[in-house]
Amino acid sequence: MSENTGGVTGYIQHHLTHWQVGEGFWALHLDSLFMSFLLGSLFCFFFWVGAHRATAGTPGPLQNAVEMMLEFIDGICRDTFHGKNPIVAPMALTLFVWIFLLNLMDLVPIDLAPDTMGALGWEYFKILPSVNLNITFGLSLSVLALIIGFSFYYKGVGGFTKELLTHPFGPYLLPFNLLLNIVELLAKPISLSLRLFGNLYAAELIFILIATLTLGFGTAWGEMLTSFSGLTLLIGQTILAAVWAIFHILVVPLQAFIFMMLSVVYLSMAAEHH
Amino acid sequence: MDINATLLGQMLGFALFVWFTMKFVWPSLQSAMKDRQERISDGLAASERGRKELEQAEAQQAELLKEARQQASDILEQANKRANDIISEARETARSEGERQLAQAKAQIEQEIAQAKTDLRDHVITLAITGASRVLEREVDAKAHNDLLQDLAKQL
Repeated sequence: MSENTGGVTGYIQHHLTHWQVGEGFWALHLDSLFMSFLLGSLFCFFFWVGAHRATAGTPGPLQNAVEMMLEFIDGICRDTFHGKNPIVAPMALTLFVWIFLLNLMDLVPIDLAPDTMGALGWEYFKILPSVNLNITFGLSLSVLALIIGFSFYYKGVGGFTKELLTHPFGPYLLPFNLLLNIVELLAKPISLSLRLFGNLYAAELIFILIATLTLGFGTAWGEMLTSFSGLTLLIGQTILAAVWAIFHILVVPLQAFIFMMLSVVYLSMAAEHH
Repeated sequence: MDINATLLGQMLGFALFVWFTMKFVWPSLQSAMKDRQERISDGLAASERGRKELEQAEAQQAELLKEARQQASDILEQANKRANDIISEARETARSEGERQLAQAKAQIEQEIAQAKTDLRDHVITLAITGASRVLEREVDAKAHNDLLQDLAKQL
């Protein structure tokens, strides 16, 4: 409602631009990285406190919450990933809670972060890290690395190579197999990250579009509150934003869950012999 | 949307946080939960055991109570019997005592009757002698007529 310069397009452009330091490949989106590390640290801190104080006696509220989460993730990992592995469950927990927190930033009022940071001197600040492809690909490529690592660990170098070359059509279609397997392997992180990114990007964009309804009034609050069209737009915007936000209470954990679940499934597929 | 070094930063962060969770969060929480599970199952087993012990104790108590009741009624019965015995014994004693006393009294009475008869006889003899001496106006020698008097007394 405040970023008036450049009209609606400028407003949207401004909201979609990252705080970037550097150029080319070595540039950093510091806003996404900062939020991502902050939320990750928050997750680690709370879970560490919960785990550190954990007693076998009656658990406190924090420990209870942490244990509930842990049990939930542990159950999923047990059901999906057969065999023992010390990485899978903590990884799933980290993925789920971290992505959940990242997505949760979607519910922060759309202008709050850019305006506050703008007032403090930053030109761009995008608080939602999940709409940064770097962030989602960072997660999914890490999962890909784990998938490849697991494949080697559980099947051995020979076993994995053999599977890459001979599965699914047998040794006579070797190049075709290899191509297919590489596509399959790469499709996993791409689908993971694009799904998360796409969902959150669309959501964010719609929040921004809802916010542009009253953009024409700028800071002219008096005019907006006294004119019929201004009031209609304001009420419409409030209702739309509320409905969309309520819908996102569902989407936010769902996307985190899907990412986590699929990662566990991919890892279990990597660990199983065909 | 351009891919840049943010990706590497995120991967680093991911690795870091997963490592942290793996190292500091997961094991201690899981061990705490396992401990609690064990404690709960121990507690449940103990309560089960306690329940069984209670049942046993109750059964034992019922047994003891039954025994005690049995004993009490036995004792009561014995006491009643004893009381009846004492009463009948006392009755017997009283009757025999009464009979004894009655017999004694009868004997005494008879003795006294006999005594009275003897006395009366003596009196009659004396009277007779006195009367006879008056009639004869002289002393009757009681000694001299003792045999006669005795004979007379016997006829009375």
